Amino acid sequence: MLNRRAAMAMLLADRPRNLFVVPGLGSCTWDAYAAGDDDRNFYLWGAMGGAAMIGLGLALAQPALRVAVITGDGEMLMGLGSLATIGVQRPDNLAVIVFDNGVYGETGMQASHTQDGVDLCQVARGCGFKQVFDVADEDGLAALGGQLRSSSGLLFARVRIAPDEPPRALPEKDGVAIKERVRRAVQRVSGKQP
Amino acid sequence: MTTIEKSEPPPWQDQLFDALKRAGIRQVGYVPDAGHSRLIERCKHDPDIRDIVLTTEEEGVALAAGAWLGGQRAALLMQSSGVGNCINMLSLVRACRFPMLMLVTMRGEWQEFNPWQVPMGSIVEPVLTLCETHVAKVEAAGEVVPAVENAVQIAFGGDRAAAVLLSQKLIGAKVWVK
Repeated sequence: MLNRRAAMAMLLADRPRNLFVVPGLGSCTWDAYAAGDDDRNFYLWGAMGGAAMIGLGLALAQPALRVAVITGDGEMLMGLGSLATIGVQRPDNLAVIVFDNGVYGETGMQASHTQDGVDLCQVARGCGFKQVFDVADEDGLAALGGQLRSSSGLLFARVRIAPDEPPRALPEKDGVAIKERVRRAVQRVSGKQP
Repeated sequence: MTTIEKSEPPPWQDQLFDALKRAGIRQVGYVPDAGHSRLIERCKHDPDIRDIVLTTEEEGVALAAGAWLGGQRAALLMQSSGVGNCINMLSLVRACRFPMLMLVTMRGEWQEFNPWQVPMGSIVEPVLTLCETHVAKVEAAGEVVPAVENAVQIAFGGDRAAAVLLSQKLIGAKVWVK
Protein backbone atom coordinates (compact mmCIF):
# COMPACT_ATOMS: atom_id res chain seq x y z
CA MET A 1 0.00 0.00 0.00
CA LEU A 2 1.12 3.50 -0.76
CA ASN A 3 2.06 6.29 1.59
CA ARG A 4 -0.56 9.04 1.20
CA ARG A 5 1.81 12.01 1.35
CA ALA A 6 4.17 10.45 -1.17
CA ALA A 7 1.23 9.53 -3.40
CA MET A 8 -0.13 13.08 -3.38
CA ALA A 9 3.34 14.52 -4.05
CA MET A 10 3.81 12.14 -6.97
CA LEU A 11 0.43 12.97 -8.52
CA LEU A 12 1.09 16.70 -8.28
CA ALA A 13 4.74 16.59 -9.42
CA ASP A 14 5.44 18.52 -12.65
CA ARG A 15 1.97 19.94 -12.31
CA PRO A 16 0.66 21.39 -15.56
CA ARG A 17 -0.42 25.01 -15.43
CA ASN A 18 -4.07 24.13 -15.99
CA LEU A 19 -4.39 21.46 -13.28
CA PHE A 20 -6.74 22.54 -10.50
CA VAL A 21 -7.24 20.37 -7.45
CA VAL A 22 -10.23 20.00 -5.14
CA PRO A 23 -8.94 18.03 -2.16
CA GLY A 24 -11.57 16.51 0.12
CA LEU A 25 -11.83 17.72 3.69
CA GLY A 26 -9.39 16.44 6.27
CA SER A 27 -6.43 14.34 5.30
CA CYS A 28 -6.55 15.00 1.54
CA THR A 29 -6.52 18.76 2.16
CA TRP A 30 -3.53 18.32 4.50
CA ASP A 31 -1.82 16.11 1.90
CA ALA A 32 -2.36 18.65 -0.89
CA TYR A 33 -0.99 21.47 1.26
CA ALA A 34 1.97 19.35 2.36
CA ALA A 35 2.80 18.72 -1.31
CA GLY A 36 3.24 22.50 -1.71
CA ASP A 37 0.78 25.34 -1.21
CA ASP A 38 -0.77 26.34 -4.51
CA ASP A 39 -3.43 28.86 -5.48
CA ARG A 40 -4.97 26.26 -7.78
CA ASN A 41 -6.02 24.15 -4.77
CA PHE A 42 -9.52 24.66 -3.39
CA TYR A 43 -8.81 23.41 0.12
CA LEU A 44 -11.89 22.00 1.82
CA TRP A 45 -12.32 22.17 5.58
CA GLY A 46 -15.91 20.96 5.44
CA ALA A 47 -18.68 20.24 2.90
CA MET A 48 -18.26 16.49 3.36
CA GLY A 49 -19.70 14.66 0.36
CA GLY A 50 -19.41 17.71 -1.88
CA ALA A 51 -15.87 17.54 -3.28
CA ALA A 52 -16.73 15.70 -6.51
CA MET A 53 -19.62 18.07 -7.26
CA ILE A 54 -17.46 21.15 -6.68
CA GLY A 55 -15.05 19.61 -9.16
CA LEU A 56 -17.88 19.04 -11.64
CA GLY A 57 -19.09 22.64 -11.44
CA LEU A 58 -15.57 23.94 -12.02
CA ALA A 59 -14.87 21.47 -14.82
CA LEU A 60 -18.08 22.41 -16.66
CA ALA A 61 -17.41 26.13 -16.24
CA GLN A 62 -13.82 25.90 -17.52
CA PRO A 63 -13.43 23.16 -20.14
CA ALA A 64 -9.79 24.12 -20.78
CA LEU A 65 -8.79 23.34 -17.21
CA ARG A 66 -7.96 19.87 -15.95
CA VAL A 67 -9.78 19.39 -12.64
CA ALA A 68 -8.75 16.68 -10.17
CA VAL A 69 -10.90 15.92 -7.17
CA ILE A 70 -8.69 14.06 -4.73
CA THR A 71 -10.64 12.84 -1.74
CA GLY A 72 -10.95 10.10 0.84
CA ASP A 73 -13.11 6.99 0.80
CA GLY A 74 -15.34 8.29 3.60
CA GLU A 75 -15.93 11.61 1.82
CA MET A 76 -16.68 9.84 -1.47
CA LEU A 77 -19.11 7.45 0.22
CA MET A 78 -21.08 10.41 1.61
CA GLY A 79 -21.51 11.80 -1.91
CA LEU A 80 -21.81 8.52 -3.81
CA GLY A 81 -24.72 9.86 -5.86
CA SER A 82 -22.43 12.49 -7.33
CA LEU A 83 -20.63 9.71 -9.25
CA ALA A 84 -23.96 8.98 -10.93
CA THR A 85 -24.46 12.68 -11.68
CA ILE A 86 -20.93 12.96 -13.12
CA GLY A 87 -21.49 9.75 -15.10
CA VAL A 88 -24.42 11.46 -16.82
CA GLN A 89 -22.51 14.71 -17.54
CA ARG A 90 -19.22 13.05 -18.57
CA PRO A 91 -17.00 16.14 -18.70
CA ASP A 92 -13.73 15.04 -20.26
CA ASN A 93 -11.61 17.35 -18.11
CA LEU A 94 -12.54 15.87 -14.72
CA ALA A 95 -10.69 13.25 -12.69
CA VAL A 96 -12.10 11.83 -9.47
CA ILE A 97 -9.35 10.20 -7.42
CA VAL A 98 -10.12 8.49 -4.13
CA PHE A 99 -7.40 7.87 -1.56
CA ASP A 100 -8.82 4.69 -0.09
CA ASN A 101 -7.44 3.54 3.27
CA GLY A 102 -10.66 1.91 4.44
CA VAL A 103 -10.91 4.10 7.52
CA TYR A 104 -12.19 7.45 8.74
CA GLY A 105 -8.83 8.94 9.65
CA GLU A 106 -9.98 12.23 11.14
CA THR A 107 -12.32 10.64 13.66
CA GLY A 108 -10.22 7.85 15.04
CA MET A 109 -9.64 5.27 12.31
CA GLN A 110 -13.08 3.66 12.34
CA ALA A 111 -13.69 1.25 9.45
CA SER A 112 -15.39 2.60 6.32
CA HIS A 113 -17.61 0.60 3.97
CA THR A 114 -14.70 -0.01 1.61
CA GLN A 115 -13.12 -2.30 4.20
CA ASP A 116 -16.20 -4.47 4.07
CA GLY A 117 -16.63 -5.16 0.40
CA VAL A 118 -17.85 -1.89 -1.10
CA ASP A 119 -15.76 -1.44 -4.24
CA LEU A 120 -15.62 2.18 -5.41
CA CYS A 121 -14.10 1.20 -8.78
CA GLN A 122 -17.13 -0.98 -9.48
CA VAL A 123 -19.43 1.85 -8.40
CA ALA A 124 -17.67 4.21 -10.80
CA ARG A 125 -17.94 1.69 -13.66
CA GLY A 126 -21.60 1.24 -12.88
CA CYS A 127 -22.06 5.01 -13.05
CA GLY A 128 -20.63 5.14 -16.56
CA PHE A 129 -16.94 5.98 -16.00
CA LYS A 130 -15.05 4.35 -18.88
CA GLN A 131 -11.54 4.99 -17.55
CA VAL A 132 -11.18 3.42 -14.12
CA PHE A 133 -7.79 2.95 -12.47
CA ASP A 134 -7.21 0.74 -9.44
CA VAL A 135 -3.84 1.91 -8.18
CA ALA A 136 -1.96 -0.19 -5.65
CA ASP A 137 1.71 0.55 -6.31
CA GLU A 138 4.12 3.20 -7.56
CA ASP A 139 3.93 2.03 -11.16
CA GLY A 140 0.18 2.46 -11.12
CA LEU A 141 0.56 5.85 -9.51
CA ALA A 142 3.05 6.95 -12.15
CA ALA A 143 0.60 5.88 -14.86
CA LEU A 144 -2.22 7.81 -13.20
CA GLY A 145 0.01 10.87 -12.80
CA GLY A 146 0.90 10.66 -16.48
CA GLN A 147 -2.77 10.49 -17.37
CA LEU A 148 -3.46 13.60 -15.28
CA ARG A 149 -0.60 15.55 -16.83
CA SER A 150 -0.81 14.64 -20.47
CA SER A 151 -4.34 13.71 -21.45
CA SER A 152 -7.90 14.56 -20.88
CA GLY A 153 -10.81 12.21 -20.44
CA LEU A 154 -13.15 11.61 -17.55
CA LEU A 155 -11.53 9.20 -15.16
CA PHE A 156 -11.98 7.61 -11.77
CA ALA A 157 -9.14 6.20 -9.73
CA ARG A 158 -8.91 4.43 -6.44
CA VAL A 159 -5.48 4.78 -4.87
CA ARG A 160 -4.90 2.23 -2.14
CA ILE A 161 -3.08 4.03 0.63
CA ALA A 162 -1.89 2.82 4.03
CA PRO A 163 -4.07 3.81 7.00
CA ASP A 164 -1.51 5.99 8.70
CA GLU A 165 -1.76 9.47 10.16
CA PRO A 166 1.02 11.78 9.04
CA PRO A 167 1.38 15.03 11.02
CA ARG A 168 -1.29 17.53 10.08
CA ALA A 169 -0.28 20.22 7.59
CA LEU A 170 -2.86 22.98 7.79
CA PRO A 171 -3.47 25.45 4.95
CA GLU A 172 -5.41 28.73 5.01
CA LYS A 173 -8.68 28.25 6.87
CA ASP A 174 -10.62 31.35 5.80
CA GLY A 175 -13.10 30.11 3.20
CA VAL A 176 -13.50 33.51 1.55
CA ALA A 177 -9.74 33.85 1.11
CA ILE A 178 -9.45 30.32 -0.31
CA LYS A 179 -12.31 30.94 -2.73
CA GLU A 180 -11.04 34.30 -3.97
CA ARG A 181 -7.53 32.92 -4.44
CA VAL A 182 -8.79 30.06 -6.58
CA ARG A 183 -10.99 32.40 -8.63
CA ARG A 184 -8.01 34.64 -9.34
CA ALA A 185 -5.96 31.59 -10.32
CA VAL A 186 -8.71 30.52 -12.73
CA GLN A 187 -8.69 34.00 -14.21
CA ARG A 188 -4.91 33.98 -14.61
CA VAL A 189 -4.76 30.53 -16.19
CA SER A 190 -7.82 30.87 -18.40
CA GLY A 191 -7.17 34.49 -19.29
CA LYS A 192 -10.80 35.31 -18.60
CA GLN A 193 -12.48 37.53 -16.10
CA PRO A 194 -14.21 35.28 -13.54
CA MET B 1 -57.02 47.96 -41.51
CA THR B 2 -54.85 45.65 -39.53
CA THR B 3 -55.44 44.88 -35.95
CA ILE B 4 -52.61 44.14 -33.69
CA GLU B 5 -53.50 41.08 -31.71
CA LYS B 6 -52.55 41.32 -28.16
CA SER B 7 -50.49 38.27 -27.49
CA GLU B 8 -51.11 36.29 -24.37
CA PRO B 9 -48.60 37.08 -21.68
CA PRO B 10 -46.20 34.17 -21.40
CA PRO B 11 -46.79 31.89 -18.48
CA TRP B 12 -44.70 32.75 -15.44
CA GLN B 13 -42.48 29.72 -15.99
CA ASP B 14 -41.27 31.19 -19.29
CA GLN B 15 -40.79 34.61 -17.72
CA LEU B 16 -38.77 32.92 -15.00
CA PHE B 17 -36.57 31.28 -17.64
CA ASP B 18 -36.06 34.65 -19.33
CA ALA B 19 -35.06 36.18 -16.00
CA LEU B 20 -32.43 33.47 -15.51
CA LYS B 21 -31.12 34.13 -19.01
CA ARG B 22 -30.91 37.87 -18.35
CA ALA B 23 -29.01 37.09 -15.14
CA GLY B 24 -26.40 35.14 -17.10
CA ILE B 25 -27.10 31.77 -15.50
CA ARG B 26 -25.02 29.09 -17.23
CA GLN B 27 -25.46 26.01 -15.07
CA VAL B 28 -28.77 24.77 -13.70
CA GLY B 29 -28.83 21.91 -11.21
CA TYR B 30 -32.11 20.19 -10.41
CA VAL B 31 -33.87 17.12 -9.17
CA PRO B 32 -36.80 16.41 -11.51
CA ASP B 33 -39.88 18.24 -10.26
CA ALA B 34 -43.38 18.80 -11.63
CA GLY B 35 -43.54 22.46 -10.56
CA HIS B 36 -40.27 23.27 -12.33
CA SER B 37 -40.93 21.04 -15.36
CA ARG B 38 -41.41 23.87 -17.88
CA LEU B 39 -38.32 25.72 -16.65
CA ILE B 40 -36.25 22.51 -16.78
CA GLU B 41 -37.40 21.85 -20.35
CA ARG B 42 -36.41 25.38 -21.40
CA CYS B 43 -32.99 24.95 -19.79
CA LYS B 44 -32.44 21.59 -21.50
CA HIS B 45 -33.08 23.18 -24.90
CA ASP B 46 -30.90 26.25 -24.39
CA PRO B 47 -27.43 25.82 -25.91
CA ASP B 48 -25.89 28.29 -23.44
CA ILE B 49 -27.22 26.58 -20.33
CA ARG B 50 -25.85 23.33 -19.01
CA ASP B 51 -28.61 21.38 -17.25
CA ILE B 52 -27.35 19.03 -14.58
CA VAL B 53 -29.74 16.45 -13.18
CA LEU B 54 -28.83 15.61 -9.58
CA THR B 55 -29.47 12.61 -7.37
CA THR B 56 -29.99 14.87 -4.35
CA GLU B 57 -30.27 18.62 -3.94
CA GLU B 58 -27.14 19.05 -1.82
CA GLU B 59 -25.13 18.06 -4.88
CA GLY B 60 -26.46 21.23 -6.49
CA VAL B 61 -25.11 23.46 -3.72
CA ALA B 62 -21.61 22.03 -4.25
CA LEU B 63 -22.04 22.22 -8.04
CA ALA B 64 -22.94 25.91 -7.90
CA ALA B 65 -19.91 26.61 -5.71
CA GLY B 66 -17.65 24.91 -8.25
CA ALA B 67 -19.27 26.81 -11.10
CA TRP B 68 -18.58 30.10 -9.31
CA LEU B 69 -14.92 29.13 -8.79
CA GLY B 70 -14.83 28.77 -12.56
CA GLY B 71 -16.50 32.12 -13.12
CA GLN B 72 -19.99 30.89 -14.02
CA ARG B 73 -23.31 31.63 -12.40
CA ALA B 74 -25.53 28.69 -11.45
CA ALA B 75 -29.07 28.23 -10.21
CA LEU B 76 -30.46 25.38 -8.15
CA LEU B 77 -34.03 24.22 -8.66
CA MET B 78 -35.75 22.08 -6.09
CA GLN B 79 -38.91 21.17 -4.29
CA SER B 80 -39.42 22.16 -0.65
CA SER B 81 -38.38 18.69 0.54
CA GLY B 82 -35.01 19.27 -1.13
CA VAL B 83 -34.27 22.23 1.12
CA GLY B 84 -33.83 19.79 3.99
CA ASN B 85 -31.28 17.86 1.95
CA CYS B 86 -29.17 21.00 1.47
CA ILE B 87 -28.70 22.20 5.01
CA ASN B 88 -25.20 20.97 5.83
CA MET B 89 -23.90 21.78 2.35
CA LEU B 90 -25.10 25.36 2.81
CA SER B 91 -22.23 25.62 5.32
CA LEU B 92 -20.01 25.82 2.24
CA VAL B 93 -21.95 28.89 1.10
CA ARG B 94 -21.65 30.59 4.47
CA ALA B 95 -18.01 29.68 5.14
CA CYS B 96 -16.82 30.86 1.73
CA ARG B 97 -19.52 33.42 0.91
CA PHE B 98 -20.53 31.76 -2.34
CA PRO B 99 -23.46 33.24 -4.27
CA MET B 100 -26.28 30.67 -4.25
CA LEU B 101 -29.55 31.16 -6.11
CA MET B 102 -32.28 28.69 -5.17
CA LEU B 103 -35.74 28.41 -6.68
CA VAL B 104 -38.01 26.28 -4.54
CA THR B 105 -41.41 24.92 -5.52
CA MET B 106 -43.48 24.49 -2.39
CA ARG B 107 -45.38 21.43 -1.26
CA GLY B 108 -47.30 20.74 1.90
CA GLU B 109 -48.74 24.19 2.37
CA TRP B 110 -51.98 24.60 0.38
CA GLN B 111 -54.47 21.99 -0.80
CA GLU B 112 -51.90 19.30 -0.13
CA PHE B 113 -53.19 15.79 -0.60
CA ASN B 114 -50.09 14.09 0.79
CA PRO B 115 -49.52 14.78 4.50
CA TRP B 116 -45.95 13.46 4.24
CA GLN B 117 -45.06 16.67 2.39
CA VAL B 118 -46.15 18.84 5.31
CA PRO B 119 -43.30 18.34 7.83
CA MET B 120 -40.58 19.72 5.54
CA GLY B 121 -42.81 22.11 3.58
CA SER B 122 -43.92 23.82 6.78
CA ILE B 123 -40.38 24.61 7.98
CA VAL B 124 -38.70 25.72 4.75
CA GLU B 125 -38.77 29.42 5.58
CA PRO B 126 -37.36 29.26 9.13
CA VAL B 127 -34.78 26.65 8.13
CA LEU B 128 -33.47 28.74 5.24
CA THR B 129 -33.50 31.86 7.41
CA LEU B 130 -31.39 30.03 10.02
CA CYS B 131 -28.98 29.18 7.18
CA GLU B 132 -28.58 32.94 6.51
CA THR B 133 -30.48 32.65 3.25
CA HIS B 134 -32.57 35.56 2.01
CA VAL B 135 -36.09 34.23 1.48
CA ALA B 136 -38.90 35.64 -0.66
CA LYS B 137 -42.21 33.88 -0.98
CA VAL B 138 -44.27 34.35 -4.13
CA GLU B 139 -47.98 33.60 -4.43
CA ALA B 140 -49.00 35.61 -7.52
CA ALA B 141 -47.70 35.13 -11.06
CA GLY B 142 -46.87 38.81 -11.44
CA GLU B 143 -44.51 38.69 -8.46
CA VAL B 144 -42.31 35.91 -9.81
CA VAL B 145 -39.96 37.91 -12.02
CA PRO B 146 -39.38 40.81 -9.58
CA ALA B 147 -38.69 38.32 -6.78
CA VAL B 148 -36.25 36.34 -8.92
CA GLU B 149 -34.48 39.49 -10.15
CA ASN B 150 -34.14 40.62 -6.56
CA ALA B 151 -32.79 37.22 -5.48
CA VAL B 152 -30.24 37.32 -8.34
CA GLN B 153 -29.03 40.71 -7.11
CA ILE B 154 -28.84 39.57 -3.48
CA ALA B 155 -27.01 36.32 -4.34
CA PHE B 156 -24.53 37.51 -6.96
CA GLY B 157 -24.25 41.09 -5.78
CA GLY B 158 -23.87 40.18 -2.12
CA ASP B 159 -22.09 36.80 -2.27
CA ARG B 160 -24.72 34.96 -0.24
CA ALA B 161 -27.65 32.61 -0.59
CA ALA B 162 -31.06 33.77 -1.78
CA ALA B 163 -34.15 31.63 -2.28
CA VAL B 164 -37.46 32.29 -4.00
CA LEU B 165 -40.25 30.08 -2.73
CA LEU B 166 -42.89 29.48 -5.40
CA SER B 167 -46.02 28.72 -3.45
CA GLN B 168 -48.41 25.88 -4.10
CA LYS B 169 -51.10 28.46 -4.75
CA LEU B 170 -49.08 29.69 -7.71
CA ILE B 171 -48.12 26.28 -9.06
CA GLY B 172 -51.44 24.61 -8.39
CA ALA B 173 -52.07 21.60 -6.24
CA LYS B 174 -50.84 18.28 -7.56
CA VAL B 175 -53.57 16.33 -9.33
CA TRP B 176 -53.81 12.91 -7.71
CA VAL B 177 -56.78 11.40 -9.50
CA LYS B 178 -56.80 12.05 -13.23
